Amino acid sequence: MKAHVHVTLKPGVLDPQGAAIGQALGTSGFEGVSSVRQGKVFEIEMEGTDRATAEARVDEMCRTLLANTVIENYDIRIED
Amino acid sequence: MKTAVVVFPGSNCDRDMQVALRRASGHDPVMLWHKNTAIPEGIDLIALPGGFSFGDYLRCGAIASRSPVMREVAAFAARGGFVLGVCNGFQVLLETGLLPGVLMRNATLKFVCRNVALTVEDTRSGYTNAYTEGERISLPVAHHDGCYVAGDDVLNALNDQNRIAFKYAEKVNGSQQDIAGILSENRRVLGMMPHPERAENAALGNTDGARVFSSLVSQTVSA
Repeated sequence: MKAHVHVTLKPGVLDPQGAAIGQALGTSGFEGVSSVRQGKVFEIEMEGTDRATAEARVDEMCRTLLANTVIENYDIRIED
Repeated sequence: MKTAVVVFPGSNCDRDMQVALRRASGHDPVMLWHKNTAIPEGIDLIALPGGFSFGDYLRCGAIASRSPVMREVAAFAARGGFVLGVCNGFQVLLETGLLPGVLMRNATLKFVCRNVALTVEDTRSGYTNAYTEGERISLPVAHHDGCYVAGDDVLNALNDQNRIAFKYAEKVNGSQQDIAGILSENRRVLGMMPHPERAENAALGNTDGARVFSSLVSQTVSA
C-alpha cells in the first residue's frame, strides 16, 4: 500500500521561496502567473491492506513529523 | 554551575559552547550525544548548540527534535531546568514544542552571516540579568532560516508576559516584531538566533555575549 502526502504552507503564511520561483517563471517567459506556493511531497510504502488503518497511521505521521502544523497543512491520498 | 551540551550529527557550534560554558562556570560541560538518554545528576543547564543537525533535512531541527536525548531534555525542562538553544538549537526547541512558533527561511532568501545590532528587551531571566533593559548590544548571526513566525495569540502572550528576550535593532531576516530570542513561560528555556558563544571573550573580537553565561552562573549559584 502506498500513501501520497502533500504538505503545503497554510494560506497567509509568507512563502518567499514560492515568490522567488514565481518571479523566475516570469523572467523565463511564462506570463500570467499570479502566485506560486512551494510545498513537499512524500511517497510512503507501507505494509498492510486496510485503507482506514493506513490513513489513520499516515495522519499520525503527518501530525508527529511530516508537517509542522503551526504553518503547514497536509493532504493524504492512499493508493491501492 | 554544572552544564551539558547536546551534540547532534551535524552540530558545529558544540565546541564553542563548551568553551564558553567552561570559561563562565569553571567546570567542564558534559557532552551529550543525541542517542544518550541519561542526563547526569546535578546538571543546571543543558545547551543545544548551533549547526546543521541531520543536514537540516525535512525542516531545520525537525529530525533532531525527535532524537532520544530530546525526550530527556523535555523532561529536564519540565522539572524547571535551564535549557539554552542557540541558532539550530533554537530551531530544535521550537520543533520540540518547548517554545512556541516557527523559524522560516529568511525573508531575503539569503544566508546572513555578520554581526547584528540587538536590544536586550527583558532582563528578568537567568540569561539576561547581567544586561540592562533596552541595552544595545552586537552579536554574530549565521543562519538561513531565522525568520520568526507565530500566530497573534502567541505574539500577544510573548509580549504580555515579557518573554521576548532579544530583538533585532536592524533588518536581519524578516522576523515578526524583529524577534531574535524568546523565553518559555517559566523563563528557564531561552531560544535565540544570535550566537553569544561566538562573542564571549576579547580574543573573539566581541564580548557582548559573555553576560548570557555570567547571568546564568550568578542565577544558578544563588538558586
